Amino acid sequence: MMVFGPIGFGAPMLLLALAALPVLWWLLRALPPVPKRVRFPGTVLMAGLEDPDPIARRTPWWLLLLRLAAVAAAIVAFAQPVWRPAPPMEEGDALLIVMDAGATSAPGWNTARSRATRAAENAIASGRPVGVLMADGQFDESALTFGADNSVPALLRAALPQPWPGGYPEDAAAMLGDTPDGSLRTLWLSDGLDHPGRTDWLEALNARGPVQVVPPGAPPVSLRMAESGARPLLELATIGDAAPEIRALGPDPQGIPRELARLKPEVASTRDGVTTRPVPVDLPPELLGRVTRFQVDGVESAAAVVLGDDRLRRPVVALIGDGRATSEGQALLSPAHFLRSALASSARLIEAGLADALSARPDVIILMDQVGLEADGALAEWVDQGGLLIRFAGPRMAASPDLPNEPLLPVRLRPGGRDMGGALSWGEPRPISAFPAGGPFAGLIVPDDVTIRAQLMAEPAPELAERTIATLADGTPLVTRAPFGKGQVVLFHSTANADWSSLPISGLFVDMLSRLVASAGRSAAEADSAEAREGIWTATEVLDGFGRLMAARDPAPVEGEALTKGAGPGLPAGIYAAGERVAAVNAGGPIVAATWPGATVETARPQGQPLIGWLLLAAALALILDMFGSIVLRRGSPAAVLIAGLLLAMPHAPQAQEIDPELARAASEFAMGYVVTGDAELDETSLAGLTGLSQILAARTTVEPTAPVAIDLETADLSLMTFLYWPIGPDQPMPSAEAYLQLNRFLRGGGMILFDTRDADIAGTGPDGSDDLRRLAGPLDMPPLQLVPQDHVLTRSFYLMQDFPGRYTQGEVWVEAANPAAGTINDGVSPVVMGGNGWAEAWAVDERGLPVYAVGVGGDGERQREMAYRFGVNLIMYVLTGNYKSDQIHVPELLERLRDEDQP
Amino acid sequence: MLRARAEAASAALPPLLLARGPVTAIMAPGGHGLRRPGTGEDFWQYRPAHAGDTAATIDWRRSARGDAQFVRDRERQTARTAAIWVGRGAGMSYRGQSGKGESKFERARLIALSLALSMIRAGERVALLGQPAGAGATQAEKISFTLGAAELLAQDGDHPDPGAARPGQIAVLIDDFLQHDALLDAFVQRTADLGTTGVLLQVLHPDEEDFPFAGAVRFETVGGQRHETRDAEGLRRAYLARLGARRDQLAGLASRSGLVFGTHDLGQPLSEPLIWLHGVLAAR
Repeated sequence: MMVFGPIGFGAPMLLLALAALPVLWWLLRALPPVPKRVRFPGTVLMAGLEDPDPIARRTPWWLLLLRLAAVAAAIVAFAQPVWRPAPPMEEGDALLIVMDAGATSAPGWNTARSRATRAAENAIASGRPVGVLMADGQFDESALTFGADNSVPALLRAALPQPWPGGYPEDAAAMLGDTPDGSLRTLWLSDGLDHPGRTDWLEALNARGPVQVVPPGAPPVSLRMAESGARPLLELATIGDAAPEIRALGPDPQGIPRELARLKPEVASTRDGVTTRPVPVDLPPELLGRVTRFQVDGVESAAAVVLGDDRLRRPVVALIGDGRATSEGQALLSPAHFLRSALASSARLIEAGLADALSARPDVIILMDQVGLEADGALAEWVDQGGLLIRFAGPRMAASPDLPNEPLLPVRLRPGGRDMGGALSWGEPRPISAFPAGGPFAGLIVPDDVTIRAQLMAEPAPELAERTIATLADGTPLVTRAPFGKGQVVLFHSTANADWSSLPISGLFVDMLSRLVASAGRSAAEADSAEAREGIWTATEVLDGFGRLMAARDPAPVEGEALTKGAGPGLPAGIYAAGERVAAVNAGGPIVAATWPGATVETARPQGQPLIGWLLLAAALALILDMFGSIVLRRGSPAAVLIAGLLLAMPHAPQAQEIDPELARAASEFAMGYVVTGDAELDETSLAGLTGLSQILAARTTVEPTAPVAIDLETADLSLMTFLYWPIGPDQPMPSAEAYLQLNRFLRGGGMILFDTRDADIAGTGPDGSDDLRRLAGPLDMPPLQLVPQDHVLTRSFYLMQDFPGRYTQGEVWVEAANPAAGTINDGVSPVVMGGNGWAEAWAVDERGLPVYAVGVGGDGERQREMAYRFGVNLIMYVLTGNYKSDQIHVPELLERLRDEDQP
Repeated sequence: MLRARAEAASAALPPLLLARGPVTAIMAPGGHGLRRPGTGEDFWQYRPAHAGDTAATIDWRRSARGDAQFVRDRERQTARTAAIWVGRGAGMSYRGQSGKGESKFERARLIALSLALSMIRAGERVALLGQPAGAGATQAEKISFTLGAAELLAQDGDHPDPGAARPGQIAVLIDDFLQHDALLDAFVQRTADLGTTGVLLQVLHPDEEDFPFAGAVRFETVGGQRHETRDAEGLRRAYLARLGARRDQLAGLASRSGLVFGTHDLGQPLSEPLIWLHGVLAAR
């Protein structure tokens, strides 16, 4: 490296080539420019002519300068100039690479790793041994080994950041015991943060040689949950000014994982180089309940992810009632079904026995029509510690003789209850009165159609009024609530199913329940986290160092106490489960910025700015300009320059979409189409048949079809067609779903298909009996069909006829059933005509215009063929004119009316 | 287009009745009396009827004056034949340095077709060299089609086929004649040998006559000949001298063989060469 001022040259010897520039100057000046090329027939007369006095035309100075500049730029470029090159490194006899490999190092990992690999390769190339210390917190405390083979770069390339905070081995001196003699140079790829044991190591390494510290390419980011509860508070700690947003990720109501919200960090406070920003999670409860993880936007690091667990996740609601109903009818009528439907979106439901449910530490327990609870059992204790117990009344409760003494009820109940609006009662079912403004249901709109037919009545008591949070229109309580220790007990005086009221089938029920569940105190679950964490936990999902969640492979069970200490070596951040309980372990935590006394810290741009790219670009530009200049000189016209420029920047011409010319012809000149069945003989018959019909049409009517078009259902654009003949053969494969979509569009858009089973309906079952027809036409959007009625337009659209023979005569012909409601679509023209008379065979003609197939016998046969042709003419007329002919049915009546008007 | 322009150009001139060259003795109705009885329009003689004459051929008006029957003979008339040849060398595509305007070939075949139409109107038999001669609208159609569809060759020069020269056929050769070609000389020689005559019309572009070039130029032809010079301006005099020499050579060749040599410059209107050709071909 040779340095001139701020520019250093990697290969300065190449600069000697600049001395050749004057030679080039002389050469270029001596060489004449390329002559103009002129096409001139008179050249034949010029053979052998000599220039009278030759003038040496010289290259113009500016072109010369341009070329010299290009060559000079290229020479300088290949001398590898660097703007402000990095100061030369102090070299040692051995190299130790220290890499921070904790979760916080993930954002700048690739840069750091490639830097380390490069350094290791360079050192090995110059014969120095290299050692690697991965500061990921897990060590075997044996002495570091130094190697000079390719295993060191390979080890570096395979290294990944760990999903837990990093750390250094404790005994630096012991691990450095195996260092080669001489000075030890250290390359410290730091993540910018202090980790346990760093200062010791820095001292030890400083003593052995120069220490070079490479700061991280991206600032480390750590996200942790400072407060949990209904309004959690996240804390974003980073080094620098970046304030990335926090993404709250979770399943949407359809269960698809997506970003639910974006949180903005609040005002930052900086201390000791670490910027801390509180991020309040101000989300609606139902949204917060669905959040599974918070993630710093644009930072891939396990430390930048906070996984949600029981503290964050939706409230856990235990449904306790009679065992699951077995039959379907009962299942859909049971109270549990209604509650499940109402709560499924906003809470995690547990349906178990009472003891199991309590062990899962639910936030809410819902009892459906249960009596005989113990006044001081586990349930009472749970409520006392802050649980929310919601009870629903029901027939069992109403029938309980001991109801007045039932514990865990907000109010004393009167046995029996009352019915309103029953067959034998006087009153009407009662609506719910508007909710009081101060209560938990304030603001919910009561639908008019919600009525209560039966309820349990409360004994009058002084506290009844204040414990009532919802009443019926007559003032009797519907929902009552009472505090019980730290918790609450809520009673719905009606059932959770639709037996006693229509409340459970209204949206109000969902709103009321979610209000109640949201009001459940969830602090209880967190207060005694040590207890909550007890037991054996197993990882279900773990993060990798880059913050990607993946299923845990071979998870080792973990003691609950280890979990409380957070992520660490062998305990990756992730989701851990123990039975019904779920806990998240996060890698993010408080961070401390690192300081480096006695070490060389690289500045932000340590590599220097290589100039080779810019110089080569300048050389290329100069050569392009030179090309234009040469073109001007040779052609003498700026237009040529323009053309050359265009050629350089010629975009690809857009390619027009190809339309099959056959189909385009069918659209512009009318041609009938036939479906290619794959059976060559059948297709040939179709073609011959439609050709024959085309000739008849052209001869007898104003319809002059062009040659029939073969339609491949898979590829053809049916929107250009009007009429399709579809012979049903056994060999045709089912068209694809796209083809059927297109066929349905074709039918709806006014097209017609003539299905021909060609079997003369020998089975006598109608076209319906054909398996192939069922198979092929089944997926079509087919209207109901009927036999062609006597007065159908087909019978008189051109010829008057009553039956429609083809090669056979007996087959019936079906069209869309007359349907007044459907008359507006397609103008009432049937999209399908279906039969089995083998019309194409009757119409078929060869090249000479002679019939191909025999029809009938003798004169009768010819008559039958004629009728087949007439059917074809009628059909095409029907296709093309629609219901125009059916209007003719009114003509006699109109004439009659005119006659009446003529004779007043 | 070509036909329409040619019709317009030839309509401005009277029908061209060829005066030069021998009259063919073959049976072809035309405008030249052969001074012997035959088919024609003009009265030639009354001759006594003999045994082979049918009653219809007898001129009853003349026969009524005497006892003998006479037959009215007409003078046998025939047409002269002209063969037109247009050079198709690649150099004929030259349109001048600007690359715009009419090419020499387009002008040449326009002259050829106008001339052909003019002669056909006079009842002469016209052909493109090497093809059967004919008269009338059909032949006009044939010629205009052939000329319209003619394409240029890949090599620079072109020459008439000496084997296509026919006795009694006037040759009209239109080309730039820039390249010396022994076969052209052979054709002219054979024309003279057969006792007939013809016209050489040299069509040149103004740029070929002015040589408006300067500086370092590499001249090329389509056929691949090239000449490189550093100073085209200084070459002008030599080039013009070469051109003059070539014209003299052509004029000498023509006059030795009884043909007429003319030049036409694309800068001049189309009527100029047509009037000149009329003058040359109709002069007795």
